[in-house]
Amino acid sequence: MGDLTFHYSYIMIIILLVIGLWGMLGKRNLIKKIIGLNIFQTSIFLFFIKGALKEGATVPVIDPELGLEAASYFNPLPHVMILTAIVVSVATTGVALALMLTIYRNYSSLEEGDILERMGK
Amino acid sequence: MIEHLPALIPITLILFAFIAGVLGVMQFKLSRNVAMLGALAAFVLSVTGTIQVLQTGPMHYSFGSWPPPYGIEFVLDTLSAFMVLVITGIGSILLMFPTKPGFMIDEQKGATVYTVVLMLMAGLCGMVLAGDLFNLYVFLEISSLSTFALISLGGGKAAVASFRYLIMASIGGCFYLLGVGFIYFSVGSVNMADVLQLLPAVYDSPSVIGGAILMVTGLCVKMALFPLHTWLPDSDTYAPPVVAAFSAAVQIEVSAYVIIRLILNVFSPEFIIGLTPITDIIAWISAAGIIIASILAVAQQNFRRMLAYSSVAQIAYVGLGIGLANPLGIVGGIFHIMAHSLMKGSLFLIAGGIRHHTGIWNINDFQGLGRRMPWTIGAFTIAAMGMIGIPPTAGFFSKWYLLLGSIEGDQWVFVAVILISSLLNAVYFFRIIEKAFSPPAESTASVNKTGELPKRMLAPILILAIGTLIVGALNVLVVNELIMPVVEGL
Repeated sequence: MGDLTFHYSYIMIIILLVIGLWGMLGKRNLIKKIIGLNIFQTSIFLFFIKGALKEGATVPVIDPELGLEAASYFNPLPHVMILTAIVVSVATTGVALALMLTIYRNYSSLEEGDILERMGK
Repeated sequence: MIEHLPALIPITLILFAFIAGVLGVMQFKLSRNVAMLGALAAFVLSVTGTIQVLQTGPMHYSFGSWPPPYGIEFVLDTLSAFMVLVITGIGSILLMFPTKPGFMIDEQKGATVYTVVLMLMAGLCGMVLAGDLFNLYVFLEISSLSTFALISLGGGKAAVASFRYLIMASIGGCFYLLGVGFIYFSVGSVNMADVLQLLPAVYDSPSVIGGAILMVTGLCVKMALFPLHTWLPDSDTYAPPVVAAFSAAVQIEVSAYVIIRLILNVFSPEFIIGLTPITDIIAWISAAGIIIASILAVAQQNFRRMLAYSSVAQIAYVGLGIGLANPLGIVGGIFHIMAHSLMKGSLFLIAGGIRHHTGIWNINDFQGLGRRMPWTIGAFTIAAMGMIGIPPTAGFFSKWYLLLGSIEGDQWVFVAVILISSLLNAVYFFRIIEKAFSPPAESTASVNKTGELPKRMLAPILILAIGTLIVGALNVLVVNELIMPVVEGL
């Protein structure tokens, strides 16, 4: 049972993941799709951060009192990887917003149904 | 100097991307020439690297001299050398196509277009060379971001297609990243060689199997493998011709390469084939994709859209090769990467050239075009022969290896699939050849006034078409020297 309480955050991550996927694939508004994308990406970032967590550990800067015991420090590598992934996610959002601007100028709407209707003409 | 080669290939491209961007603001012509120079320089480096690899074996490059698995590593072995050759070679040829018909922009507005193209090539080269799973993700996203921007150059419809691609590609990329997380938390490393060694201890762990499935699924989206191909037909129809050629002829192939790399060098064949059903699933959905996409291609009237569905079918051949997971199947799949990039690059440039020159994009209007543009339609005929798989084109040999692989694996269904799909390919390409060579109808006035494509457009088209024949003629050399060493471990 203690195991379950320590891992409850994974359940929250999965819920976020599914909300994000639903936003991207189920919603018809392009802005909502981008919000879904951001939730989806954030859930993956949280997954990495959660994986780096250890009970009773501290920041990964070597402390003479704790010595070189790996178990007493958090794992810094997932944090570094996620820092890069956040940059990628910001860039993706930026490009998506720029694309939406082009779409809005051409079709005066961000609703998928309206856009498809106007594309057909 | 020579030991820096693996890193120099993408760095050259990024450096020239920067120079081309700065120059593009001042003088556009110069930016175009610099970009071509950069692509050619990368191609020369790739050729040098390939020769080096064939002589002395794989090259490893650790950034900042931090040894792997702690540092970041680039690996140039025979498989990545082969892919880098394809990317930089096809890329240099595609860049020869004139800017206005190629990217559908006016020269004054397109100051940064060549920067983005070179960044796309750099991203793809980085994906191929990266020696660890996480840097592969970073380069995957660099190439995706460049493609979103390039596709949207095609106007309003292209922006919608690009947005759809952005959503699908981000899902694919995130699935891959999630898979990397699963693997990292199971074995504590993201370096490919290191993971290969550490993984056997945790083969039966569900998180390793889940990670493998997530990574392969993510890459299947990027590869446009049926039924995850839905983004490809739109983006390839509305994107500018050179961009469509890049995405159909190079980009989806690189994602296929990553799957091959994962199976051979990260998870090891015995894990993927023995403990998971991944290869079987890939083989069967590829077989279904080949047939369904070919039938959809037959139904299209828009030339570009037909080519796009044909890409979905052709990339599924590569998928079938991966799914067969025996040496001959993988050889066929890898060889088809090269064959398809030559043929499809040529076909998309032909489509763009004809569209720009005569305004025709509907297949019914092609009547009589063969007499007006003999060279263009000649190149089309060669590329179409390759698609159908008529010797001596490269397309014949890749299908031949796939057939041998299917027979070796006792998969007679796949033998039938390959033969039936060749017939379907013949149906949709011969109807164009027949139209083009039949006498012009009086109603199609635009055809009767037109002449041959300008030489600057014709040159890259002909190089790619003749390349199909040359690679076909040299197939024994390519397979024995470059591809066979890759599959030795199977």
